[in-house]
Amino acid sequence: MAALSIRSLSKRYANLEVLKGIDLDIESGEFTVLVGPSGCGKSTLLNIVAGLDRASDGTIEIGGRNVNDVLPKDRDIAMVFQSYALYPSMTVRQNITFGMECRHVPKAEQEKAVANVAKLLQIEPLLGRKPAQLSGGQRQRVAMGRALVRDPLLFLFDEPLSNLDAKLRVEMRMEIKRLHQRIGATIVYVTHDQIEAMTMATRIAVMHQGRVQQFADPDTVYRYPANLFVARFMGSPPMNTMPARLEADSSGPVVVIGAGRPDEVRLHLQGYDAAASYIGREVVLGIRPECIAEGERVFSAAAGPPVIVTAPVELVEPTGAETIVLLRLGGEPAQARISPDIRPTPGTSAAFALDTRRICLFDPETERLIA
Amino acid sequence: MTSAASTATGRPATSAMVRRLPEYLMIWVPLLLSAAHLISFSIWTIWISFTPSTLVPVAGWVGLRNYNAVLASRNWQIAFDNLLLFGIAFVLLSLTTGLLLAILLDQRIRGENVLRTIFLYPLAVSFVVTGTVWSWLLNPGIGIEKLVHDLGWTTFHFDWLVNRDMAIWTIVIAAIWQSSGFAMALFLAGLRSVDSDIIKAAQIDGAGPIRTYWRVILPTLWPITITVVVVQLQFAISAFDLVRALTNGGPGIATQLPALVVYDLMFQRSQLGRGAAAAVLMLLILLAVLLPYAAWRYVRGRQAAHA
Ligand SMILES: Nc1ncnc2c1ncn2[C@@H]1O[C@H](COP(=O)(O)OP(=O)(O)OP(=O)(O)O)[C@@H](O)[C@H]1O
Ligand SMILES: [Mg+2]
Repeated sequence: MAALSIRSLSKRYANLEVLKGIDLDIESGEFTVLVGPSGCGKSTLLNIVAGLDRASDGTIEIGGRNVNDVLPKDRDIAMVFQSYALYPSMTVRQNITFGMECRHVPKAEQEKAVANVAKLLQIEPLLGRKPAQLSGGQRQRVAMGRALVRDPLLFLFDEPLSNLDAKLRVEMRMEIKRLHQRIGATIVYVTHDQIEAMTMATRIAVMHQGRVQQFADPDTVYRYPANLFVARFMGSPPMNTMPARLEADSSGPVVVIGAGRPDEVRLHLQGYDAAASYIGREVVLGIRPECIAEGERVFSAAAGPPVIVTAPVELVEPTGAETIVLLRLGGEPAQARISPDIRPTPGTSAAFALDTRRICLFDPETERLIA
Repeated sequence: MTSAASTATGRPATSAMVRRLPEYLMIWVPLLLSAAHLISFSIWTIWISFTPSTLVPVAGWVGLRNYNAVLASRNWQIAFDNLLLFGIAFVLLSLTTGLLLAILLDQRIRGENVLRTIFLYPLAVSFVVTGTVWSWLLNPGIGIEKLVHDLGWTTFHFDWLVNRDMAIWTIVIAAIWQSSGFAMALFLAGLRSVDSDIIKAAQIDGAGPIRTYWRVILPTLWPITITVVVVQLQFAISAFDLVRALTNGGPGIATQLPALVVYDLMFQRSQLGRGAAAAVLMLLILLAVLLPYAAWRYVRGRQAAHA
């Protein structure tokens, strides 16, 4: 069953079009992450789903019911805000029970619900405190508790972790994921952090300029980004993209970087049949930094003889877990992720192994993925 | 480490001092002058209140005689009762009026700027003008009563200004008219500073507008409320020009207030010692309001520093 369907939804503020025809179908039990740069309309979309804002056009269905004209409280949703939005004058317990109080849930039932949620989130010792007496992480938990106690059809999270420090963020990230697996809730989660998106989502909707650029599971988004924006937004460091030319020889298509230069790089491609119509034309080549490694690296036994290129090294950044190298392929800058114990000298040339099976080709005009 | 830092910053700090000298002069000279003025005259008044001074200040010591005389006088007793009634009624009513206006303006109605200016405008009018205008409006012969009579309701009766029991309420009305805009401005700022996400959360929790205001928003306003109460109370305690222009303590001494008693004793009955004693009593009433407030601010500041 579709827990949430959004149909050709748009939103205008005066003459500013913030959302331009959004279509999304979210299945029950899914953890959907809306990710995109700041100002792309994620919060606006979430607020419209919650009923806190009205769409200019389009329909929203929650659990198969059209909710365009339904008040937020009757939409069977719960929301966690970036600022936590705890009621400052109430204790943690009152914060959690306020919704039930408004819905006239009997006192005994409220008590039981609070006890359950407090146990689940381990906030029992905090129940008597005011929000001002809590740390950021504790406030975050209470905000989650307020949402969980409702047991709604749909949870909406608007950047709930962005006010936490890095370590706590990683912890809470895992905890939310575990919680999702345990209670099987349907969650729509907004973030601008692509790592959060990759680690938590069952499906990712990448948004940019008021449009959904791609809606797919994390592996697909990472491996087959629908267009150049997604390719460059997801992943850190981002995918290397560079102009190239698609040619063909006896063994199949060849992509050439820096064609005509003395240091041009020719890479044979296999299984890129969809690119056949682009032979003889310019394309944009995308290759993830982890697909460029030190010359000794074997990406996969099945990949056949390794593809090795010699390239000038410009900059070396050891991060501990790996070494990031800025090099030039056919004159175009590219980043490589190599073993941490290998440190090429800047200014010299070194051999690099390329995983050509994972190259992406984009149309330079439409910026869409070709193959 | 510390000394190195101070040598390093010593030179720029000095030149900054010189550059900002005009600012320091502008702030500190008037501040010190007015503080010296205030303190020296307070001390002088306290001293006078223990002397047998009448028309002119004279030396001598009479202990608490002036205080006993003032406290025993009917004039002071009425003034004190009036102050209690006026202070409580005025503060409560201007608080509720200000809060209601703020909540109404908070609904993001059209013309909010115009309305806000209108409500704040009385604050810009001097108390003497307010008192005089209201004394005309409330005067049965020329004001509201006459207007309603002229419209045809000849049985209409509104003579609070000249009614012994009700006259104090005319002062309350004029004072509210003058200062509820101030309360409104502070409350509106408070309402507007409430995180909009909190209101959204209440909406999702299913709280209607009344419950949202009552349970979620208004409880965050109590620090502002205390500030407003203290400012209004100290106005009420030292109210002089408004009353003098509106009723001048009358009819009879029905609307007498402490400041009027001080003025009366000092400048009309030439009893400087007793007037000074009454003034010191007023100061004590003010301190009874301000000292707890200062203590409260101090405690809150410490709590904020801890959090
Ligand atoms: N009430 C409003 N009136 C006019 N423009 C608005 C309003 N609310 C949002 N916008 C605009 O809509 C766009 C999308 O805003 P939104 O808050 O949805 O972005 P976001 O994706 O959540 O960004 P962030 O990651 O920074 O939270 C922004 O350009 C913003 O300026
Ligand atoms: Mg946002």
